[in-house]
Amino acid sequence: MEHHAILRVVSKLLIPPILVYALYVQWHGDYGPGGGFQAGVVFAVAFILYALVYGVDEMARVVPPRLLHASAGIGVLIYAGTGVVTMALGENFLGYNALAHHPVHAQEWGIIIVEFGVGVAVASVMISIFIAFACHNPPLKDEDW
Amino acid sequence: MPGLIEANLPALQVVLPLVAAPICAMLGKGSRAWAFATLVAFLAFAISISLFIATYGGQVISYEMGGWAPPLGIEYRIDVLNAFVLMIVSGMAALVLPYAHRSVAAEIPAERQPFFYTAFLLCLTGLLGVAITGDAFNVFVFLEISSLSTYALVASGSWRNKRALTAAYNYLIMGTVGATFFVIGIGMIYMITGTLNMADLATRIIEHGDSRTLRMGFVFIFIGVGLKLAMFPLHLWLPNAYTFAPTAVTAFVAATATKVAVYVLLRFMFTVFGFDYEFQAETLKNVLLPVALVAMFAASLVAIFQDDLKRMLAYSSIAQIGYMLLGLAFLTHTGLMATIVHLFNHAVTKGALFMVAGCFILSAGTSSISSLRGIGRDMPWTTAAFVAGGMSLIGLPLTVGFISKWYLVQAALELGWWPVALLIMASSLLAIVYVWRVVEAAYLKPAPEGVTRREAPLSMLIPAWILVGLSIWFGVSATLTTTAASRAADVLIGSSQMLWEE
Repeated sequence: MEHHAILRVVSKLLIPPILVYALYVQWHGDYGPGGGFQAGVVFAVAFILYALVYGVDEMARVVPPRLLHASAGIGVLIYAGTGVVTMALGENFLGYNALAHHPVHAQEWGIIIVEFGVGVAVASVMISIFIAFACHNPPLKDEDW
Repeated sequence: MPGLIEANLPALQVVLPLVAAPICAMLGKGSRAWAFATLVAFLAFAISISLFIATYGGQVISYEMGGWAPPLGIEYRIDVLNAFVLMIVSGMAALVLPYAHRSVAAEIPAERQPFFYTAFLLCLTGLLGVAITGDAFNVFVFLEISSLSTYALVASGSWRNKRALTAAYNYLIMGTVGATFFVIGIGMIYMITGTLNMADLATRIIEHGDSRTLRMGFVFIFIGVGLKLAMFPLHLWLPNAYTFAPTAVTAFVAATATKVAVYVLLRFMFTVFGFDYEFQAETLKNVLLPVALVAMFAASLVAIFQDDLKRMLAYSSIAQIGYMLLGLAFLTHTGLMATIVHLFNHAVTKGALFMVAGCFILSAGTSSISSLRGIGRDMPWTTAAFVAGGMSLIGLPLTVGFISKWYLVQAALELGWWPVALLIMASSLLAIVYVWRVVEAAYLKPAPEGVTRREAPLSMLIPAWILVGLSIWFGVSATLTTTAASRAADVLIGSSQMLWEE
């Protein structure tokens, strides 16, 4: 990777804004266009770009596949768990009104938590799918570029 | 706390396996994941029994997701038909999972087993969700959850036979085409009515009357669901998928997935479009009736010439789906009742038979009928279960198969369609032929020399025999199933006739 200076520099410049933008999309999902699914995909793109430039193994050191499998499940659990909590508080499944004293706050909190779960799950699944495809063939050697 | 659980039972029915699935993936070890999944399946079965008891008298339970009122929000609406299907699905899961422990251990590597059980729970979630929801789009979402996990489950047979991968891919393509057609159909009726709630759809379709868009919507939904339930000319994905999937998967999917698709067809035809929607009645008579009759014969004929036991049973499933569609095509109370009661009867029978096939595979290492020669002496209990299940498949008296055929023939005679009644009986003769081939090989032919085959383990025999027992119990005293089916048919007809008469 030593001689691909442009690729390295550009990707290093791009990855932080991509991550920040993903977070922006994530936290604006409750009152603007965006939300967990889109944010999760954008977030995953940052990792995929890193893997494209530096190799899948380098990326797997940051986010090992085991962690990804677990966090994909945790994302679903955050979503469904919110529903279970609202049931335990006496509302219907995903009836956010039980989450705070005022329904407006409760609805906002509910959707933010649920979208966070979606974001975590989508990002992990996207990266996992990329790893599954990328590792199918032996990684490309640097000389073959 | 008990009050809370009771109030939220409809949601828990789906949420419980859904939450359990990711937890199952994190458990890390085969046996732990298996024990957990089995526990969840039993809980889901308990929930569906209590829902069935609550709706058996004719009550309808409505549950609002997220507290949004029905026409806008997603509603879970449970009447006796939903509860009946829920009970079939969760009951089969509760029986197949104890069976799966040994069967899956032999067919899938240990480190992959947690993911297998995760996919199994997701499949259960999807099937239960389809059966419970009262929202048309929600049906599509859950149908996809169950289908996607089924593709993965079928593909997991690749450790036994690599062809499972192509079978799963084939199923993926056909299933996705079906799902796309289905969602296009929903889009059409949404275009007319602007609603997705089934009960609301029904009233608004009447208000708008018949139109070309409505007809297109109906046809798209009909073909889409037809692909999912392996309606005769659209069945090509089924034989390979059932043959190469791990046996526990085949037993579960054969007993539930096509049944749930038949339920979707019933629900859309009679609750959404209405029992006396003229275009639908014509389509049923001119398209579905011949297709069902051809399925009964063509698939049974093909089954006779199969050497692989699982493939033979798969073709027999296509023929049995023909019976269910036939009952539907009669468009009478008795016909519907026959369809609904056959949902249960076929689930029990085919579940038992595929479990037996799995026992053969575990002990003999093959499901080829020619290499099962003389196995009746080595594995008496397993083979006896096959004979009992086979009798039910043929429709001999004192088995559930007889009850289904009795009502089917009765429905045909009520309409004065006696040729159809004769065809139903004639197709049973074909079933005798393919069941007899296995019985002959197992009992009358000498065993190949130098082969030792041990009786299947109890953990696999007991679930198979429970299903066989059920198929005899409900064949002798069918009051519970037929009453439930009759009330379900009442619900379907009652709701729609009321609408079109206004």
